[in-house]
Amino acid sequence: MKSLICITCPRGCHLEVDDNMKVTGNSCIRGEKYAIQELTAPKRMITSTVRIESSNQRMLPVMTNAPIPKDRIFDVMKELAKVRVKAPIKIHDVIIENVLDLGVDIIATKSIIE
Amino acid sequence: MINYDLVIIGGGSAGLAAALSASENGVKNILVLEKNNELGGILNQCIHNGFGLHEFKEELSGPEYAERFATKVKEDKNIVAKTNAMVLKITKDKEVCYSSKEDGYVVIKAKAIVMATGCYERTRGAINIPGSRPAGIMTAGLAQRYMNIDGYMVGKKVFILGSGDIGLIMARRMTLEGAQVLGVAELMPYSNGLNRNIVQCLNDYNIPLYLHHTVKEIIGKERLEKIVICEVDDKLQFIPNTEMEFEVDTLLLSVGLIPSNPLLEEIGCKMHPRTKGPLVDEFLQTSIDGIFACGNGLHVHDLVDYVSKEGRLAGENAARYINGNLEKDYDIEIKAGSGLGYIIPSTALSKKDEQITLKFRVMKPFGVSKVIIKNNGKVVKEFKKLYLLPAEMENIKINMLDFEAGTIEVEVEC
Repeated sequence: MKSLICITCPRGCHLEVDDNMKVTGNSCIRGEKYAIQELTAPKRMITSTVRIESSNQRMLPVMTNAPIPKDRIFDVMKELAKVRVKAPIKIHDVIIENVLDLGVDIIATKSIIE
Repeated sequence: MINYDLVIIGGGSAGLAAALSASENGVKNILVLEKNNELGGILNQCIHNGFGLHEFKEELSGPEYAERFATKVKEDKNIVAKTNAMVLKITKDKEVCYSSKEDGYVVIKAKAIVMATGCYERTRGAINIPGSRPAGIMTAGLAQRYMNIDGYMVGKKVFILGSGDIGLIMARRMTLEGAQVLGVAELMPYSNGLNRNIVQCLNDYNIPLYLHHTVKEIIGKERLEKIVICEVDDKLQFIPNTEMEFEVDTLLLSVGLIPSNPLLEEIGCKMHPRTKGPLVDEFLQTSIDGIFACGNGLHVHDLVDYVSKEGRLAGENAARYINGNLEKDYDIEIKAGSGLGYIIPSTALSKKDEQITLKFRVMKPFGVSKVIIKNNGKVVKEFKKLYLLPAEMENIKINMLDFEAGTIEVEVEC
């Protein structure tokens, strides 16, 4: 039996997972998915910033468009540190496609017009 | 003098939601004044995700959430939004004086005002940490701005005091950007942050959380060199011989937020002694006729989704006021009974067919407990709760038909 706290949403359900991977304590289906993933191959979303050339902004907020393996977080951060982009950027523009072959894109989370 | 039907002070999540709902409710002539150079308020520096689960049924980052609202506001023909516009003064007659590079000093006459001024962070001075005063000590939200908006790294070896969500989020953010976060200390025996943030911001990066600890001493001349933390007892006094030293160059403070209301205080608006926001009735109207308040300027919220919701309520009621359909009248006082830190609103009108939402926080954590609503000492409603936490604002809807003139008191029983 393992105890986890679900991080899928701010509610933070207390989950219990038994030896047959049966999940209890979740209030929605996403909790069950999270618990199984967390115990087999934990993943996280990354949110960060990259440098942008623009007349009124210095940083562009970005994030992964899907969770990545937890043990690759710092590798992806190193890739983000290399990036320089130029305005204009539209929200959800792809900043790095298929980062480190993880099958996940880095996307902009803000529009910067000029 | 320029005339507007409605002036909204603050273009963050509360103000933008208020503007949109006032427009939807028929107000044609709305001005939003924002002091920053863009709309969206503090959301712009909250680059992490987790926003919008109630509002949009999906998980957004702060800037995404802000952009959705800002785009709608810019497209709305009834709303003019000005950035770089700092409001300097308001009057009881609903004149608003602001100054901006573009417009100079401007006086506006409004029929109604919505205050959506947000909150500010408690600083080192507010919690009286002794020791020297070197560089490297700042609030967590300021560090967040430096990093996420301005692109400055604020330190290399970091300690964080206070386990509120901003502190936890910054522990992760600094770690990701290459800093070493040595620990987080929390004065109380429990964390004030969301459980998910303890897991994904601290546990994921093996950052220790020291509950019932606080900073006892600050050492450093030009730049912070060392801090001493110490365990505290139940009366929050230092326990001798429990000191621990950390060599750090940066101390971030995440020790609470206070609604920012100098404009209202200056004109004698009645303020809430606990929240530091204004006293409001069930329509979010302050003690001054036609001035409404919402968002973190009214009381500090846990989730931006709730701020948007409250902003909409303020906008809708401001529209009713402008159209002459809102009386300022009440015969019920709403009080925080035992176990409650505060409750909002403070007044309401009895015996009308209107649903209102009571919002409150408990003073300390409760396990299985009962929330009891009393009207003039008589129990009207009871709710069972599995747990209640000070970090989580509670919402209870009541119908005013069920209540008589006098007092409503809400209390918690174990």
